Amino acid sequence: MFQKWKDRVTITDIVMWMIGGTLLLLCLWGSVSTIRAGLYTKSHWIDFLIFGLAQGSIYALIATGYTMVYGVLKMINFAHGEVFMSGPFTGYFVATAMWRSDFLDNHPIMAIITIFAVAMFVSTMIAFLVEKIAYRPLRGAPRLIPLITAIGASFFLQYLFKGLYGSGINAYPDIEILNGFWMIFGIRVLKIQVIVIIAAIVLMLVLYNFIMLTRVGKAIRAVSEDKEAAALMGINVDAMISTTFIIGGMAAGAAGVLYALMFKQVHFFMGFLPGLKAFTAAVLGGIGNIPGAMLGGIFLGLIESVAPALFLDGLGIIAPYQLKDAIAFTMLVMVLIFRPTGILGERLASKKA
Amino acid sequence: MTKAQSLWNQGVKIGAIGGVSVLIISLVGMVESFGKRDIIAGILPMGVAIALIISILAAYMAAKKTSIPEKSIQFANAVVSGFVISGFLAVFVMIGRSFNIREMFVGASPVLYNILTGGVAGAGGIFLLLLTGVLCGAFAGILHMLKDLPRKLMVNALLTIFILGLLQELILPILKAWDVGMINYLAGLFYTLNGLTPIGAILSVVIFCILYLLWNANQGAIKFKYASLPKEARKKSQVAALIVLAVILIVLPQFLGLFLSEVITIVGLYVLLGLGLNIVVGYAGLLDLGYVAFFAIGSYVVALLTSPQIFAFGLNFWQALPIAVICGILAGVMLGIPVLKMRGDYLAIATLGFGEIIRILVLSDFLRPWLGGAQGIGSIPNPNLFGFQMVKPQHIYYLLLAGIILVIFISLRLKKSKIGRAWMAMREDEDVAQAMGINLVATKLLAFATGAGFSALSGAIFASKIGSVYPHSFNVFISINVVCIVIIGGIGSLPGIVVGAAVLMGLPELLREFAEYRMFVYGVALVIVMLLRPEGLLPEARHKMEFHDETEAGAKTVA
Amino acid sequence: MKNVLKVFVAVCFLLSVAAMPAVAGNVVKLQKGEPVHLAYWFVTSGANTSLGMDTFRGVEIAIEDFGGKLKGHPIKLTGQDEMCGPEGGQAAASKIASDPSVIASIGSNCSSAAKPGVPILWKMGIPNVSPSNTAPFLTDPASGPDFDGYLRTCHNDKIQGAVAAEFAFTKLGLKKAATIHDGSVYAEQLQQVFADTFTKLGGTITSQEAVSPGDTDMRPVLTKIASGKPEFIYLPMFIAESGHVTRQCKEVAGLEKVALMSADGSFSPDFLKAAGKAVIGMYHSSPDFSALGDSYGKFLEKHKAKYGISPEAPFHAHAYDAAMLILNAIDKVAVVSGDTLEIDREALVKAMYATKGMKGLTGTITCDEHGDCADPKIAVYKTSEADLKAGLMPTVPFWKKY
Repeated sequence: MFQKWKDRVTITDIVMWMIGGTLLLLCLWGSVSTIRAGLYTKSHWIDFLIFGLAQGSIYALIATGYTMVYGVLKMINFAHGEVFMSGPFTGYFVATAMWRSDFLDNHPIMAIITIFAVAMFVSTMIAFLVEKIAYRPLRGAPRLIPLITAIGASFFLQYLFKGLYGSGINAYPDIEILNGFWMIFGIRVLKIQVIVIIAAIVLMLVLYNFIMLTRVGKAIRAVSEDKEAAALMGINVDAMISTTFIIGGMAAGAAGVLYALMFKQVHFFMGFLPGLKAFTAAVLGGIGNIPGAMLGGIFLGLIESVAPALFLDGLGIIAPYQLKDAIAFTMLVMVLIFRPTGILGERLASKKA
Repeated sequence: MTKAQSLWNQGVKIGAIGGVSVLIISLVGMVESFGKRDIIAGILPMGVAIALIISILAAYMAAKKTSIPEKSIQFANAVVSGFVISGFLAVFVMIGRSFNIREMFVGASPVLYNILTGGVAGAGGIFLLLLTGVLCGAFAGILHMLKDLPRKLMVNALLTIFILGLLQELILPILKAWDVGMINYLAGLFYTLNGLTPIGAILSVVIFCILYLLWNANQGAIKFKYASLPKEARKKSQVAALIVLAVILIVLPQFLGLFLSEVITIVGLYVLLGLGLNIVVGYAGLLDLGYVAFFAIGSYVVALLTSPQIFAFGLNFWQALPIAVICGILAGVMLGIPVLKMRGDYLAIATLGFGEIIRILVLSDFLRPWLGGAQGIGSIPNPNLFGFQMVKPQHIYYLLLAGIILVIFISLRLKKSKIGRAWMAMREDEDVAQAMGINLVATKLLAFATGAGFSALSGAIFASKIGSVYPHSFNVFISINVVCIVIIGGIGSLPGIVVGAAVLMGLPELLREFAEYRMFVYGVALVIVMLLRPEGLLPEARHKMEFHDETEAGAKTVA
Repeated sequence: MKNVLKVFVAVCFLLSVAAMPAVAGNVVKLQKGEPVHLAYWFVTSGANTSLGMDTFRGVEIAIEDFGGKLKGHPIKLTGQDEMCGPEGGQAAASKIASDPSVIASIGSNCSSAAKPGVPILWKMGIPNVSPSNTAPFLTDPASGPDFDGYLRTCHNDKIQGAVAAEFAFTKLGLKKAATIHDGSVYAEQLQQVFADTFTKLGGTITSQEAVSPGDTDMRPVLTKIASGKPEFIYLPMFIAESGHVTRQCKEVAGLEKVALMSADGSFSPDFLKAAGKAVIGMYHSSPDFSALGDSYGKFLEKHKAKYGISPEAPFHAHAYDAAMLILNAIDKVAVVSGDTLEIDREALVKAMYATKGMKGLTGTITCDEHGDCADPKIAVYKTSEADLKAGLMPTVPFWKKY
């Protein structure tokens, strides 16, 4: 009995369990002492949750793009963060022009729709072109090669937009109808956050249903299962890959505008960090898996918002919000150690192994 | 395909691509800001030269891609695409002059329009622009019709002028440093303070052509002679070449001056990093995107041990160096254990996460009392060799050279050892390797540890070179750059890493004008190199074979 | 084969001995027609570009006012981007230090860039004057010999932080304050000075929080601040992060009415863009330009004529003074011998430190032994709706101590 156990469990497993256990204990201890210290009231916690949810739903939208591309091409599309940036950065000029001509104040809904349309169009075009120029010619190459072109495309796009639009401060104008609060069940919630969360959920539902229910969605799923077999079944693989990029680009563009409406400032580097986070979210959820990406995104947003106050404050760590990214990445590594294929990545794992 | 179709497909479409390219480099401001520097003084500004090169290249491609093997149609396609390119620019200038697009495109300035239209106002300028485009196309068309030798001669001669003009700021100070009458005279003959003299340009073309023709005529003979030597003699000549190389490497900084030595030390640091990552990615096939963590650990260990700030251990560089490397190796093992079971992209993102965790922890206020936080650690003393302070980049160069030689030596020995073969086996297929009796845990950890040790060595030298360490210097871009160096150079190939580091890190430093567009050009270069030479610039023989065996490469991606 | 190796080793040894050059003297010799080379390292990209451009323009006008020539040699100005961070500072300083023709440098804008950069320059014997590094560390005696060639013409934050604390405590009569910084040397030290002074005056600091540069979602950290119920938040960061904090403060329960104050690092019209309407009623500490004399008025006219706009950040005049300080000192120590001009950089540093009673735009410039040369006048400004509409920072001080 003992011998059997000894065979199966290696030293490395024990080390990992020890690391995991220590971190878990630390988190628990931190949470308990934070709550016992009573620094935060119930409304503070609710605020933390809502802020995290809003941020997380944007991550989730970007993450779907990563995960879909990973599904069909099995590659990390490093340039996706720049796809996310290009839309709202271009939309900024539309927004400012409309703000100057008072169109924004007089017909805010129309104006916002226009911004969305422009931003989604630009993001989609960029995503489509990146695939066509930087990835398609390398279809048969080893996997590190498209990774490098993706990094190259990412740098190129960042500095292209820096060169085109400049590197100074650009901030979206204030849109009156998006300012202020709503009271929902007696909880004070920012309007913009409600809109962001609802818009993200609606978009994700549309996306999910599109992938699961339509013919094109079915074809995309077929391509991500097995390219050769899909081609034999008469599916135009290249067209499906392009479609995937187009859908990912649209989602990223929409996420970009939501992001810009929430945080106002847009600049050429704005895609990098959310891109990295969204990618983390996609891996957290199990890359290649759309519901996983959504779950991972929201989970990551919540962790970033809640964890520093909950875990670290009680441990007496000063300025805990400096460490929020460290917590997010630690969480990622922990998830990968104990579930090497992410939260919802089971299906994929059994197949890929 | 009919003539009209060919005209549309090859002439107009390729012209449009060229037009968009030229438009982009104009809009991001390259044409304008490079316009301040002349390639040939008073005649050809650098910005215009770049635009012309792209146009001619596009037109040439149009001619080359023409599907109808008829010279007249190829020529016509080239001219058409040249015209299309200039047409794009002409439309842009007209739009820019009548509407205010500068609000959006910061680079769309009147100065740019002036450069594009050759300084001629109104319709005349537009006409001049279109004419230039047609001439570019015609030139490319003629170029395409020429025989191989004259074409190569012409292209290379023009490139010589371009490169001599581009590197003026490097060549001129080196020449001047000699301060000999003859060389001063030559420098004056070739260069003004801004660009080549017209005489210099013509002279350099003539000299180049003579040299090129001589080389061309004798190249075959030299190669043949070398091949016909007996094995002994060939080996001797190789040793002689090595000695010449060593001598050159040793005396190099004396001739380079301060600036170039600085550039070389930057390249050297990246070569060290690349050599380390090569073990992990190139030999063992583990994609590590958090490689900067070990670089940071090496730097911080040296900083903490030698700097009088924070702890004031008061060690010197040579005492701290082995400790830094050992810490790096330990960290490599420690970070290696959790990621043992991960593969491929999961490994990449987990290691990336590690790199970021280390950086954020070092940056935090929480660990400030021990690691200095965002304020970093300063006053790191320079290495001291027998009482000699290594202050200048020229001195650090020798330190790096020693480090690189050591690391290359270790890499070569490792590669041929049992461990090296185990790494290769693991790279090709983990499961099969395990089945063959390779201990995956030990093999993987050894790869991580070796790579980490080299990286820490690089970090240690970096810290003492720059005199201070900051968490901001250790961001994820360092990791990404090193991965790019390894892959662009040719994965697994040691000379490839040196070339990759020189091209990706050295060249942009050399071209000071590029500073602002550095990352832009870097991105384009990554994409183009990978599209044209996916095996890298100087690939390892084994990898090269893989890339040229279509079926195997195809099978790999499916697996 | 063995012989070859022996010879090789011997040659290597000889060459490496020969290769160690003697440490060069610190004298720059200029042939006829060669320019007097000054280098600047400012922020020329990113969110804080306005700060870099502002100081750059100040330097350009100073060189013009000086006549563009020094003892018959033209003055050449080249620059590097320090990117407002230690990494950029290291890179920019290394580049300047690797150019042997540079006589002195002007920069950096951000203290985070100066801290690693200045020692790199000084190792090569290049003296440096900064127009806008305000962090106390840089001229602190504890900073050591690495900073012996460093001077600055702007105020020390020991003054600015104290002014802010006194303003909050005595003028506004607030007793509970929180601070937030972005991990930069500038913001971190400034908020510490504020916190120390505020506590000394009798107030309470509820929390000292930090964010990372590039963060956008400040609401959680603001919620944490709100749990301490402060009446005043001091946010001496740069434009992007200050903008996010200012905007999002109005959205966090419990912080809607809290008084906000930023410092000179974000005193730029770009900050109005970044923060939007939330900026109305906010306080800022910044140099007091209303107290300056006629020469400043003339400078403004030249600025407007040359660049078509008014200055955009608070350090153009300090940059002008920094350039003048250097040029005057070079003028003093440069020796004409025959066709060449010799400048001893050691003598130059001494001359710079010896600057006394120089009439600058920002007042009388007198350097102390640590390199603080400013004649600091810090005022507090309050932004109104009219300022936001005009897109310009307020010019009339709201409060001043002196």
